[in-house]
Amino acid sequence: MNNEHRPYTLIAELTYRCPLHCPYCSNPLDFAEHGNEIDADTWLRVFHEAEELGVVQLNLTGGEPLLRDDLELLVEGARKLDLYTNLITSGIPLTSQRLSRLRALGLDSVQISIQSTRRSVADRIAGAPSFNRKLDAMRWATSLEIPLTVNVVLHRENISEIEELIALAECVSADRLELANTQYLGWALKNRAALLPTREQIERARTVAAEAKARLRGSMEVLFVTPDYYTDHPKSCMEGWGRRFIVVNPEGLALPCHLAHTIPGLRFEHVTQRRLSDIWHHSAGFNRFRGNEWLPDPCRTCERRVLDFGGCRCQAFHLSGDAGMPDPACSLAPGHDVIESARTQADRTAGIPVLFEYRTGRGRSSR
Amino acid sequence: MTLAAVRPRLNPKVRLRFDRRTGRHLLLYPETGLELNDTATAIARLCTGEKTIDDMVDHLTGTYADASPGEIRRAVHEFLGVLADRGLLQGAT
Repeated sequence: MNNEHRPYTLIAELTYRCPLHCPYCSNPLDFAEHGNEIDADTWLRVFHEAEELGVVQLNLTGGEPLLRDDLELLVEGARKLDLYTNLITSGIPLTSQRLSRLRALGLDSVQISIQSTRRSVADRIAGAPSFNRKLDAMRWATSLEIPLTVNVVLHRENISEIEELIALAECVSADRLELANTQYLGWALKNRAALLPTREQIERARTVAAEAKARLRGSMEVLFVTPDYYTDHPKSCMEGWGRRFIVVNPEGLALPCHLAHTIPGLRFEHVTQRRLSDIWHHSAGFNRFRGNEWLPDPCRTCERRVLDFGGCRCQAFHLSGDAGMPDPACSLAPGHDVIESARTQADRTAGIPVLFEYRTGRGRSSR
Repeated sequence: MTLAAVRPRLNPKVRLRFDRRTGRHLLLYPETGLELNDTATAIARLCTGEKTIDDMVDHLTGTYADASPGEIRRAVHEFLGVLADRGLLQGAT
């Protein structure tokens, strides 16, 4: 097989359970209805099969991966396979001792999210008291010399804090700062009216982030992800469908992205029923949007198709009702008016608070 | 501190790993990585904090007889620049 369809990263969603209730959660809306979590032995087999397929990066995420009390086993197993292991966490529940143990077992880096630089705002966005504990977790990572990524999901409630967010990341000696604008799918789409910033807010934040990126080059990487609602080109979602990433969800469903299973009519398979390499190469779901054959007009003849692969299939489905249509984020897409009207609404409601619909529902435990 | 005194060392967050699918080496760091050619791999291996840039050029000139010291020096500077830009290097003196 050539390297055109080679997974480099396995995103292991260990659980949908989470102590936080963020209104932009990337888990599916019906996360609480999913089946039991797969056990550690199954995960270790998946890591092994993923490594054989070419995976070198492992993201342990969720929900909140720290809620798995077998996380240590998974980190240890990943290290034996020489995978570069990133823990993506809210920082809750974590202790300095557990982080130190995970590091000793082979954890390579940790990513901790923060909602705001102000405790009251941060706790309100997360829907749970969490700010102080997150700061503690960041300090533990730094003092244990674990490379730390601070991740901020940006939206209209926190985007004006951009300078303070950068200062906070510097203050905790972060190695990377991800200023990632919300992607409006799942919970975030439900909350779009409360979250989508105005173009003016985005432009200002982008300018500040670019200045920080230049100033901090070589000491802290600053990444600013512009929301596709304001780029007029779709994002290169997952760097192409079934091309660089495999997501395995808590019940063992292997997917091209976090929300691919919310597209009706696609068939995905469980790692408990088929080897990962068979699923990657042969499953109907993974092959559905690979290559150029499936591309609709005007993507089919667009020179940007090699850059964005036609954009996000989930967004095409959730905004236009058809996953095979061009991503409406593209200004050339027939359904682009939905993006324009969302932007108009963001302008009209600027400064007016809209209530969040928090992520709720209890994720089922495996035990 | 002059450039001649710098002894480059890879940032401890970096892991060099052989990629058996391509036969090349990958330099891995949080959530991403770089695919290296043979020259870059040889240079990365010398970033131990013990060698100055001159030492590295001397060492590689001995190994790659078909390249001139000038070419090797350029390659070393260029690749160290790539690493430094990404925060993957620490310079000890």
